[in-house]
Amino acid sequence: MDNGNASAGTPRPVLEAPDIARVLTRIAHEIVERAKGADDVLLLGIPTRGVFLARRLAAKLEEITDRPVPVGSLDITMYRDDLRLKPARALAHTEIPPEGVDGRLVVLVDDVLFSGRTIRAALDALGDIGRPRAVQLAVLVDRGHRELPIRADYVGKNLPTSLRETVKVQLTEEDGRDGVLLGARPADPGGER
Amino acid sequence: MKRHLISAGDLTRDDAVLILDTAEEMARVADRPVKKLPTLRGRTVVNLFFEDSTRTRISFEAAAKRLSADVINFSAKGSSVSKGESLKDTALTLEAMGADAVVIRHHDSGAPHRLATSGWIGGSVVNAGDGTHEHPTQALLDAFTMRRRLTGGEGHDLSGRRVTLVGDILHSRVARSNVRLLSTLGAHVTLVAPPTLVPVGVEAWPCEVSYALDPVLATSDAVMMLRVQRERMKAAYFPTEREYARRYGLDGERMARMPEHAVVMHPGPMNRGMEITAEVADSPRCTAVEQVTNGVSIRMAVLYLLLGGSEPAVTTVPAARTEESNPS
Repeated sequence: MDNGNASAGTPRPVLEAPDIARVLTRIAHEIVERAKGADDVLLLGIPTRGVFLARRLAAKLEEITDRPVPVGSLDITMYRDDLRLKPARALAHTEIPPEGVDGRLVVLVDDVLFSGRTIRAALDALGDIGRPRAVQLAVLVDRGHRELPIRADYVGKNLPTSLRETVKVQLTEEDGRDGVLLGARPADPGGER
Repeated sequence: MKRHLISAGDLTRDDAVLILDTAEEMARVADRPVKKLPTLRGRTVVNLFFEDSTRTRISFEAAAKRLSADVINFSAKGSSVSKGESLKDTALTLEAMGADAVVIRHHDSGAPHRLATSGWIGGSVVNAGDGTHEHPTQALLDAFTMRRRLTGGEGHDLSGRRVTLVGDILHSRVARSNVRLLSTLGAHVTLVAPPTLVPVGVEAWPCEVSYALDPVLATSDAVMMLRVQRERMKAAYFPTEREYARRYGLDGERMARMPEHAVVMHPGPMNRGMEITAEVADSPRCTAVEQVTNGVSIRMAVLYLLLGGSEPAVTTVPAARTEESNPS
């Protein structure tokens, strides 16, 4: 959880709290439009911050459609392709809503889309849980630099970055404030996000 | 966590809670249509069993397979061990076959420790019961079962819970591991046994000892009945089985005197009619079957945390982790 700001100047805010709220409202409307009413939508957030985003999106979808929208979380740790590069990691929660994913339109929600490896792992994890009608991806920030053929269906903000920059999403539920910060990576290219 | 799991005493409170929390996540896999995770694909786990066991071996095998590891089962019967091969030569053979983890059960106390510290093998060693010494994964699954039944679950330890272990403490590795782990997790442990079945040196253990069962029943949150291990008894420890059952066995009448929420536990295999009556064993308050289910989740958690990364999971005090030695 480094903020990438220790050695290389202050990180620059690229989205503030009102921007994030506006962006999520727009994505919720796009989901309803694309899914023609969103009556079989199920949201799965990828821990940690994707889960909070998924819950916020679900609340907005309920406002728009007047129907409860099932929301859960999908931990991808045990499906990662870089497990052997770091010490064994603690697991996060996987919580699939009682409706199950079979035959539903599952929208995966994450904070930052970068290499695409997290989403690859999420698709594998999802395949072991059931067979959705379709899977879509919503992200708050797409920072580019894909390493796999994966793209997002709903993007909050396209943020062209260099590999030497870090993108840090902060959400009230986890960090006490809402915001997206663009900073410079400290010397060692460690963190993925 | 250390690289090996030899003794429940090797675990800090944070290590233990991490294992229990990880096991909670592993337990959810059992509810899915595909009860398998790709996490340990390409890793080899050897079950090295020098002593008879059904549930522990099957439990470790199921755990490793659910994590997609390759499992090699090795039992001393019908192997070169019965031709006189030493532990060292067996270990070197396993090392040559590329074992990433060795799960060992041995009739001699200390065999897993020897295997882990000898330099014979490079993988992790998991103690699945050695002589009358320790059986750490059993203690972990017992703690997991208690935590689920008696506390809020995830993130909690067992602070303030009162656990009573009854029976053949002297020969019980389950009791030794439980006393260590439960006290690490903050529980108060009381051992109940006839004086002949209480080990020498028990004063140094973090627990109390009572020679009578009835006085402690009313204050116990969990009562764990231990099997009388007749196969290890080389002397007469009590006059008759009937007398033992009458003084230390758990029957319906005694169970009724336990608090409403309290559970009865048994690590198995049970001697019905000896330490536990059929009425108690089959009651919903007895967690014996649940313990078996939880055993798979716990062993998945242990294997994942030991083998799931480039090195074992790092808990809050990484400085205390030693790679080579395992003083226990």
